[in-house]
Amino acid sequence: MFTIKCPYCGERDQSEFSNGGEAHVARPKDPEQISDREWSEYVFIRANPKGIYYERWVHTHGCKKWFNAVRNTSTDEILKVYKMGETPPPLKEFKDTIKTPSGEPDVGSGNFSVKKP
Amino acid sequence: MKKKYSIYSLVKNSLSDNQNWKKMWRNPEPRKFYDVIIVGGGGHGLGTAYYLAKEHGLKNIAVIEKGWLGGGNTGRNTTIIRSNYLWDESAHLYEHSLKLWENLSSELNYNIMFSQRGVLNLAHNEHDVKEIRRRVSANKLNGIDSEWVDPHQIKKLVPIMNTENCRYPVLGASYQPRAGVARHDAVAWGYAMRADELGVDIIQNCEVKKIRTAKGKVQGVETSKGFIRSNRVGVVASGHTSVLAASAGIKLPLQSKALQALVSEPIKPVINTVVMSNAVHAYVSQSDKGELVIGAGTDGYNSYTQRGGYNIIEDTIRAIVELYPIFGKMKMLRQWGGIVDITPDASPILSKCEVEGLYFNCGWGTGGFKATPGSANVFAHTIAKNKAHKINAPFSVDRFVSGRLVDEHGAAAVAH
Repeated sequence: MFTIKCPYCGERDQSEFSNGGEAHVARPKDPEQISDREWSEYVFIRANPKGIYYERWVHTHGCKKWFNAVRNTSTDEILKVYKMGETPPPLKEFKDTIKTPSGEPDVGSGNFSVKKP
Repeated sequence: MKKKYSIYSLVKNSLSDNQNWKKMWRNPEPRKFYDVIIVGGGGHGLGTAYYLAKEHGLKNIAVIEKGWLGGGNTGRNTTIIRSNYLWDESAHLYEHSLKLWENLSSELNYNIMFSQRGVLNLAHNEHDVKEIRRRVSANKLNGIDSEWVDPHQIKKLVPIMNTENCRYPVLGASYQPRAGVARHDAVAWGYAMRADELGVDIIQNCEVKKIRTAKGKVQGVETSKGFIRSNRVGVVASGHTSVLAASAGIKLPLQSKALQALVSEPIKPVINTVVMSNAVHAYVSQSDKGELVIGAGTDGYNSYTQRGGYNIIEDTIRAIVELYPIFGKMKMLRQWGGIVDITPDASPILSKCEVEGLYFNCGWGTGGFKATPGSANVFAHTIAKNKAHKINAPFSVDRFVSGRLVDEHGAAAVAH
């Protein structure tokens, strides 16, 4: 549970918004020319990183406008929101807090990445 | 030595104040090379190792777990077991599993507390009625004991249910008497113990950081305890499968989301079956301790935080209280979230991939526990023979290219 700063309405509870999955997925320019495998990638495969990624949100119970966000999926921190059509900020701008690929410490497990040291 | 549990061993150990029970499994350091490495020490992973050793005679196997055994979704689910799925492919897979569940306690000589108390899937509107009746018919054709029950029969099974005076009255349900629940931790422990006896090395607190590949073949895994070589690696890592696949340069059609569940304070027995409702999104059963076990939905966005939103719990609890008004004053004791990997067609992936020697058992999404023995059994076959078992052949990752999906969104029992 977290809040999202809608670029049009300001900060609201996440439950007012709906998620639209990965952002900036481009439709292939020439669908007739590409292979089934490439088409399958466009239709079914979306980024699913543990860490920082671009995604779309819509303010369903508000202004109903779509916008993009950069969020860290290991902590649910929203690092930036920006409007549709704006250039996405490079991911290098943001500090990734994940120490290992799955975000676990060398020993032990659990919800480590969101615990304060 | 094979550890046997019997009335005799209980009496003998009680005389020594239960101090002399043998450890259920060893805690070995990893070797340099294994014939097969299973990544993920949940029920599916431990089961896979067990069947590899038992049915396929492989001796040099490791299960590598980043935390503790069964500490992920195996220990974070609502333990419901059923096989009333719509399509033939899924029905065969889940029924294979249910048949293994029925004999699992005696096979492992370990009480997994499998209780066939039946599952009701409620219909609240005309569309539900048609869909559920269709599913009941499909189940019957596949030899699954599913039947349609009317509100009068539901009242007999669950007298506390409010079927009439509510916003979405109950119009009927499908009922599978052979369905039920099992003790989730015991499943992991039972498989771990018997796999260990067959020589499987179970390595806990060891994270796989990268799957190493070269020239289209798997080389082994890089872990927090160093590199371990192997020609065959099975990934059974639920929500973290995408992360591991990405380390080998493979993209899978998975999205990881938090799925929540919660339990109440313990009360006397009030509900002796499992009741699920898709339309109002509520499912509940009562554990042997007396706690109500309630499953909520997934959050609507990708996350690895193992938490989940309060609004999701609120939706579920609202529906539960409407269906069972007597639960209105109860207190909830615990809530937790697990990270589930969801595929576009809500069916699992049990498959080889483009890298030789690399196998995936993933995409169980919101309902993998019920499939634990069946999934492990056919996945072990896939790894041992390098070829899918006829039961899991339809669940290849290639179905997303061919378009031959197994769309089970409707049979997920609750919408996620």
